[in-house]
Amino acid sequence: MVTEAKPKTKRQIVTLTINGDEHVSLVKVNTTLLDLLREEFDYTGTKKGCELGDCGACTVLLDGEPVNSCLILAVEADGRSVTTIEGLEKNGKLDVVQEAFVNHGAIQCGYCSPGMILSSRALLNRNPSPTEREVRDAIAGNLCRCTGYVKIVEAVLAASAESKA
Amino acid sequence: MIVPEFDYLTPQTLNEACALLGEYGSRAKVLAGGSDLVVKMKNGLLKPDYIVSLKNLQDLKGIRYEAGTGVIIGARTTHNRVVENEILRERFPSVSAAAGTMAAYQVRNIGTIGGNLVNAVPSADMPPILIALSAKARIVGLSGERLVDLEEFFLGPGKTVLNQDEILAEIIIPDQATTGSSYIKFGLRRAGSLAVAGVASSVMMDGEMAEDVRIVLGAVAPTPLRAREAEAVLRGKKVSQELIEQAGKIAAAESKPITDIRGSAEYRRHLVDVLTRRTLKTAIEKGHV
Repeated sequence: MVTEAKPKTKRQIVTLTINGDEHVSLVKVNTTLLDLLREEFDYTGTKKGCELGDCGACTVLLDGEPVNSCLILAVEADGRSVTTIEGLEKNGKLDVVQEAFVNHGAIQCGYCSPGMILSSRALLNRNPSPTEREVRDAIAGNLCRCTGYVKIVEAVLAASAESKA
Repeated sequence: MIVPEFDYLTPQTLNEACALLGEYGSRAKVLAGGSDLVVKMKNGLLKPDYIVSLKNLQDLKGIRYEAGTGVIIGARTTHNRVVENEILRERFPSVSAAAGTMAAYQVRNIGTIGGNLVNAVPSADMPPILIALSAKARIVGLSGERLVDLEEFFLGPGKTVLNQDEILAEIIIPDQATTGSSYIKFGLRRAGSLAVAGVASSVMMDGEMAEDVRIVLGAVAPTPLRAREAEAVLRGKKVSQELIEQAGKIAAAESKPITDIRGSAEYRRHLVDVLTRRTLKTAIEKGHV
């Protein structure tokens, strides 16, 4: 019996708007959005952790919604808009959530911080005045192995309060 | 981790997607959200030669209400959209709540309702509540479409009634004005955990009478399981604490749990008893209109 040869992985042109700028690349179709961001476009603020959608280190905003970029094929994100941690700073000024993380000691080793901050930013966008429970639910998919959750929750609540002030 | 290589196909219509699936048979896999498929591919559990992406099929997304039919959920709708949707929150809040128990926020933005059903994982959270509400699956294939009671949809772990050329297009929850329903999942953490056991109950009330009752157990059998004997305890009767307690015990006896890393069979049976009673109470309260 002649078995059919496995088809060759095709490459495809992917256009993404990353942090407001259009990026075009010819990618292998089995490339994840995470690898495209890090390896091709050098957005290394997006971290690679478990690679299975459990830890949240790779969280980016896709059309404004937090997703695990390790679970999304780059070709599936074609034509869409991505915000990475590098995109939160505006005119040399950190986002209020980033400021709060710095000021409240919410960063220890820092590996979870980009994902943690993007999840928190998305939470405040959809719910500017979250309760502590709502903050904890929003970051449930972001694991901090320094276990600095108390300071992180404080920082998000402080960012919420500051945004209203 | 590397996603094994494949050929990427992006049909523009449902018919085209069915044709590709029919042509490539078991060498093809459907990609909706990818929160299951991509993980399985990274782990080397699946190595499809072809991936048929549904990303261009916009009709499969969204939630709408049709008078006389009910609430219709497109299979590509993500869990967070089900959680937030106003139509569902008003008519079937238990379905929104069940979607909110899944995984974590980011994964709920990726994983789809259709994927949760088609993967047919015994611990999946959506099947029990949807079966309790008599939901139907609209399935489209090369020879046309068919409506299947979701209760008949699951054949075993990872196995459904879908033929190779068929795609789950929509889930339909029929109108049932006087029905109250509830799903409770017991997981080892509040987020990011699979159900150790999950129970959904729906009760159609007529005054103090339980006109109809459906109790569906998750994670305690190879497929979602209707606890028919427990249902019969309450059906057509005036509801009472005593009957609810009896139903809990019988549902536990009807469950067929296994012992695994998340819990022992004995513990799961106990959970079924407790969760059956709790979901029945909530469903009865909500069914009073």
